[in-house]
Amino acid sequence: MSELRGKVHRYGENVNTDVIIPARYLTTTDVAELASHCMEDIDAGFVATVQKGDIMVAEGNFGCGSSREHAPLAIKGAGISCVIASSFARIFFRNAINVGLPVLVCPEAAAEAKNGDELSIDLGNGRVKNVTQGREYQAEPFPEFLQDIVAAGGLVAYTKKRLALG
Amino acid sequence: MMEMAQTITEKILAAHSGQEEVHPGQFVMARVDLMLGNDVTAPIAIEEFRKIGAKGLADASRVVLVADHGTPNMDIKAAEQCRVMREFARAEGVEHFFDVGKGGIEHALLPEEGLVAPGECVIGADSHTCTYGALGAFASGVGSTDLAATMASGSCWLRVPESIKVVFRGERKRWVGGKDLILYTIGKMGVAGATYQALEFCGETIESLPMSDRLTMCNMAVEAGAKNGIVAPDAVTEAYMKTVTSRPYEAVVSDAEAEYTRTIEIDCAEVELQVATPHLPENAKAVSALEETPIDQVVIGSCTNGRIEDLRMAAEVLKGRTVSPGVRLIVIPATPRVQLQAIREGLAEVFLEAGGALTTPTCGPCLGMHTGVLAKGERALATTNRNFVGRMGHPESEVYLAGPAVAAASAVLGRIGGPEELS
Repeated sequence: MSELRGKVHRYGENVNTDVIIPARYLTTTDVAELASHCMEDIDAGFVATVQKGDIMVAEGNFGCGSSREHAPLAIKGAGISCVIASSFARIFFRNAINVGLPVLVCPEAAAEAKNGDELSIDLGNGRVKNVTQGREYQAEPFPEFLQDIVAAGGLVAYTKKRLALG
Repeated sequence: MMEMAQTITEKILAAHSGQEEVHPGQFVMARVDLMLGNDVTAPIAIEEFRKIGAKGLADASRVVLVADHGTPNMDIKAAEQCRVMREFARAEGVEHFFDVGKGGIEHALLPEEGLVAPGECVIGADSHTCTYGALGAFASGVGSTDLAATMASGSCWLRVPESIKVVFRGERKRWVGGKDLILYTIGKMGVAGATYQALEFCGETIESLPMSDRLTMCNMAVEAGAKNGIVAPDAVTEAYMKTVTSRPYEAVVSDAEAEYTRTIEIDCAEVELQVATPHLPENAKAVSALEETPIDQVVIGSCTNGRIEDLRMAAEVLKGRTVSPGVRLIVIPATPRVQLQAIREGLAEVFLEAGGALTTPTCGPCLGMHTGVLAKGERALATTNRNFVGRMGHPESEVYLAGPAVAAASAVLGRIGGPEELS
């Protein structure tokens, strides 16, 4: 897999799906529209400053709350290439895997990254480099079962294959 | 060979993945008895289902679609989402499609309809799907693409969770209900205290706890990060099931020797009426410990506390009293059946005479979509489940969480307080 490179947008603990994409925007499935409101209740400047390839970094329990898949879709649509957190809430984690938004559990990288730092990530081996700080980290590997879904390209492709529809 | 001792959650997942036993951490492809979507999550699921290219639903009788979030249609976009779901239900022969007037809030509705029974495996594209654990089922929230894949294949990938045992002992104080017990528990564990794990509620207090309170407790298991909340089926469960269905089911319970990652003991005699302050459900404290907190709005309803028992408790507090002039009270029966019952029992009269608004069933205000959205700087006390930033409206509004007794008393007081403060 190719290397991801981008600037850090850093958040704290318990970033919930209500602030990732508020419910007042849940009456659409249009990813561009969802992306245009991503994070606005806790970071009004996010949408204006995010660049394609940037990396979202957060502390524990990222994505807690509602099961809305609009949350990883909004983050992905905003141009974020990967979310690194100390830990993820479970529904967000499976949604991200299912829709093909790369997520990495890496508490050290999450703790030390500062807003605006440049990171490079090798998704193939889970190595995270903080280019700005000259530090390197190892993210937790995915369980084999999840690697199969990721390798297939998400749950839709995986299910197609399972049902021999592909 | 001795069979391995298993928890109720492990037994249900083993039975649904064709195995004798399963272990925490193991991934299984579980056969799903019932799958659920609503007007917010189903439209994405339907798009993804089309992409999979399956000829049709794996089993149309196992799919439940409920129009409850942006309904009665709050605007044109919400109307379109409902139309997408309605047309899909018709085209695919979905047996359990619930439209406005026939459904109500999904997690109050499905138990009422007898659609979930002990020992069953349920997934839903809604985080509060964990509610059904109160019936002794495995039930967990997933995303829209999960729902799509399950509609196409009939099964869903699940990681077998470790289990945490939460033992409740002692007699509940007057007015203290399931909401107070679960807020107190989340306060102890934290919002990530049970991430990826099962919360098994047991002990003498649970054994004597009515079904509606059990549903409230399991409903909020996700607010501690849990995959599912569950209560072993017992006489209370059996009696409840008899009122909603005559179909057979296979109840399972945890083995005495089953393994838990930890055990938490809660002495219910110590638990006072609880309030969770903004902006996390884990900020639970005794209502008596709260500083003077004036409020603008009270919401009584939701999948957490919109059942008839909740409305009865609220009406008991409100009867003969009036809502404080500065407060808007909004009462939302969770389903049409609850609403009708509230009218028949005279509860509707109590709410209206007190100066409250009684609305049709909807999730509306709980997630800040409609029917009670907060303005900048406003503060609400709600019987709902989340008090995150902007949850009920403006990002600078606030939500405090509590049970129906505190909600009703607060509406009268004009500030957050318990029923014992009323003269």
